[in-house]
Amino acid sequence: MANKVAIVLLVCIGLVMLVAISELPLYGSPDTPAQNEVAERYVHGTLGDTGALNMVAAIVIDYRAYDTLIETTVLFTAVIAVFMVLKKGSTGKGEQG
Amino acid sequence: MRDFVLKRMVALVLPFVTMLGLYVIFHGHLSPGGSFSGGIITGLSIIAFNLVFGTERGEEKISERLMALIESFGALWYGAMGLVGILRGASFLMNKGAGVPVGQPGSLYSGGLILLITLGVGLKVASTMVTLFLELMEEED
Amino acid sequence: MSPNIADLLNVIFLTFLVVVAIAVSYVKDLIYAAILLGAYSVAIALIWLLMSAPDLAITEAAAGIGMTTLMIAVISKIGRKVE
Repeated sequence: MANKVAIVLLVCIGLVMLVAISELPLYGSPDTPAQNEVAERYVHGTLGDTGALNMVAAIVIDYRAYDTLIETTVLFTAVIAVFMVLKKGSTGKGEQG
Repeated sequence: MRDFVLKRMVALVLPFVTMLGLYVIFHGHLSPGGSFSGGIITGLSIIAFNLVFGTERGEEKISERLMALIESFGALWYGAMGLVGILRGASFLMNKGAGVPVGQPGSLYSGGLILLITLGVGLKVASTMVTLFLELMEEED
Repeated sequence: MSPNIADLLNVIFLTFLVVVAIAVSYVKDLIYAAILLGAYSVAIALIWLLMSAPDLAITEAAAGIGMTTLMIAVISKIGRKVE
């Protein structure tokens, strides 16, 4: 019984997703909402603003530098979390708790 | 697992993989790629060395202490590069607006701080991956 | 609208993607599941390349194929094995 309910629910969700996808603009079509003045600004101004040929690197490290700064902190936090869970303490203090 | 053919093949291929990773890091502002992908490729080459030749010889090549140092100072290096903007009288993490010399576009030194930041973040990502992997390998045995 | 080679490749890769994603849930050994996830990443990387996003393709190739497969393989050796 629960199996059939799950299948019906999954089919419904899939239909909704397909309807939503059919509303999306085509890949690479010029009148997508993402093709606004922000993209124009980046495409035409990157070379003059940063001097880097790779536009993605210029956006990630220059225009959106704060984002990448916090992203490196996320990696640091991941390593600290793994150390806290897995590293065997050498001082012996951590083993009592 | 550690047989002769595998060791010879890895010894032949690994220098090129490491060079590819460093190339992707250093040319992050010129060609596709960047700090994260280049760092992961470099880290993968070190991990492959550790897997095939054993962690003892990997420890001889690049010690775990050096890894921890790079890992810790990577994010700090990024912050220090951001302070360059403040020292020159502009806002934090500013590149050309702060008057950092931006070289000829297309040459290896161009893009101002982007090359330096990519170098720091790439080495940090590589050391992060290697540290995570070695930690999990230690847990296994 | 005539079908060109890029559309054909797109359909092939997307079909491969669905097949692999279903196959991952059917294999018993976790190592095989990790390798199938690597195959999934290959298809995604090729799709990024077709969509002219080489940045994402390189990152997907390095992180998805290499690092994720390795990490899942090591973690699955630590954890229990599905009987």
